[in-house]
Amino acid sequence: MGVQEKLDNLIVQMINENQETLKNNWLKEVKLFKEKELIGKTLKFSEETDQQFFAMLIKHINFHDISKDGTLDDFFDQVLHTGLPLSYLTQGLQAARRVVLNLLVETENDKEKVSAVYREIDRWLDPILNRVVENSSQIWERTVSVQKTALLELSAPLIPVFKNISVMPLIGSIDTERAKLIMENLLNGVIKYRSEVVLIDITGVPVVDTMVAHHIIQAADAVRLLGSTCILVGIRPEIAQTIVSLGIDLSLFPTKSTLQKGMENALEITNQQLISNK
Amino acid sequence: MDIQSCVEVRNEWDIVSARQLGRNMAKELGFGSVDQARITTAISELARNIYLYAGRGKICIEPIDQLGRKGLRIVALDNGPGIREIRKVMEDGYTTSGGLGAGLPGVKRLMDEFSIESTVDVGTEISATKWLR
Repeated sequence: MGVQEKLDNLIVQMINENQETLKNNWLKEVKLFKEKELIGKTLKFSEETDQQFFAMLIKHINFHDISKDGTLDDFFDQVLHTGLPLSYLTQGLQAARRVVLNLLVETENDKEKVSAVYREIDRWLDPILNRVVENSSQIWERTVSVQKTALLELSAPLIPVFKNISVMPLIGSIDTERAKLIMENLLNGVIKYRSEVVLIDITGVPVVDTMVAHHIIQAADAVRLLGSTCILVGIRPEIAQTIVSLGIDLSLFPTKSTLQKGMENALEITNQQLISNK
Repeated sequence: MDIQSCVEVRNEWDIVSARQLGRNMAKELGFGSVDQARITTAISELARNIYLYAGRGKICIEPIDQLGRKGLRIVALDNGPGIREIRKVMEDGYTTSGGLGAGLPGVKRLMDEFSIESTVDVGTEISATKWLR
């Protein structure tokens, strides 16, 4: 490792001696990247972040070890959390490699040495680059999985409202996964709450295409098999028109324009009445 | 205005983004809420067909202007298995996936113009246009 260490020290020395030049060149490169790549995007880049970024790199080159303390990871996390793009970090690292190599080619004539240093710098920077990409993809994976759970949570609740009457309000797009949940919750709920009438409210469903209609028809059919009635409510006029154009037959089960009308209907079916207390 | 926008369709979420793109463009062009719903529903059907039968493909949406007549065209492209019997898929109630079989004939009714070209094992191109009234 003697030769290796000597080489390492040589690079560190070179970088430290020329810090100012490197920094200026690097800042120039980064500025160029920002101007070229990020036109039309409103991102809050600050000069301060640039300075911090470069200082981090220099610091870790002096350490000879990128994972010595957690500060580099912290910095990357911080940058990604403030909403700066991943490309800022990767381009920044590539720019660092470029400026160091440029300096090297200018000052060093020995080709053997240049290529040795070249490999060495790769060996240092590649793990950092990998780390950055890993961190950012982890952040994304976390976000996606959190949002998925959040979506599932508000997916398809069946709410008992009056005796034997339940409501299932549907909001947002319905995909296959949600359609399955709707069916399950609906059937389990009908048994659990002994619902005679279930109102499915589609006011919040943006598009009713054949797939969505198909799932609703199937769910209503299944409810019918359990001996209960399913009323489809919240059909907006434009949705009614598209359903007719698509040629979807919804005549098998009752529909009402609003939840209120559906509720009145449901109370009738279950022989109940709302009496106002004067 | 001839800016065409495309959305790759690979999973169910892409169907939602294709729909959103179509709705935004329809809104911009000045379509009313009923026509917006028709256009989004048509996109939804076409995108779902791509997802179900071809696995992947793309939906392109472009504003069109023919001699002052404005409209919006949806083009659905895929390199999937193709459609063997085009006449049959245009019949109401014909389905190979257990669905309602209303998709393609439905799209034809939702839109003003409709054309379909398909070669078995090569792919399918469906184009549908809605004119602004």
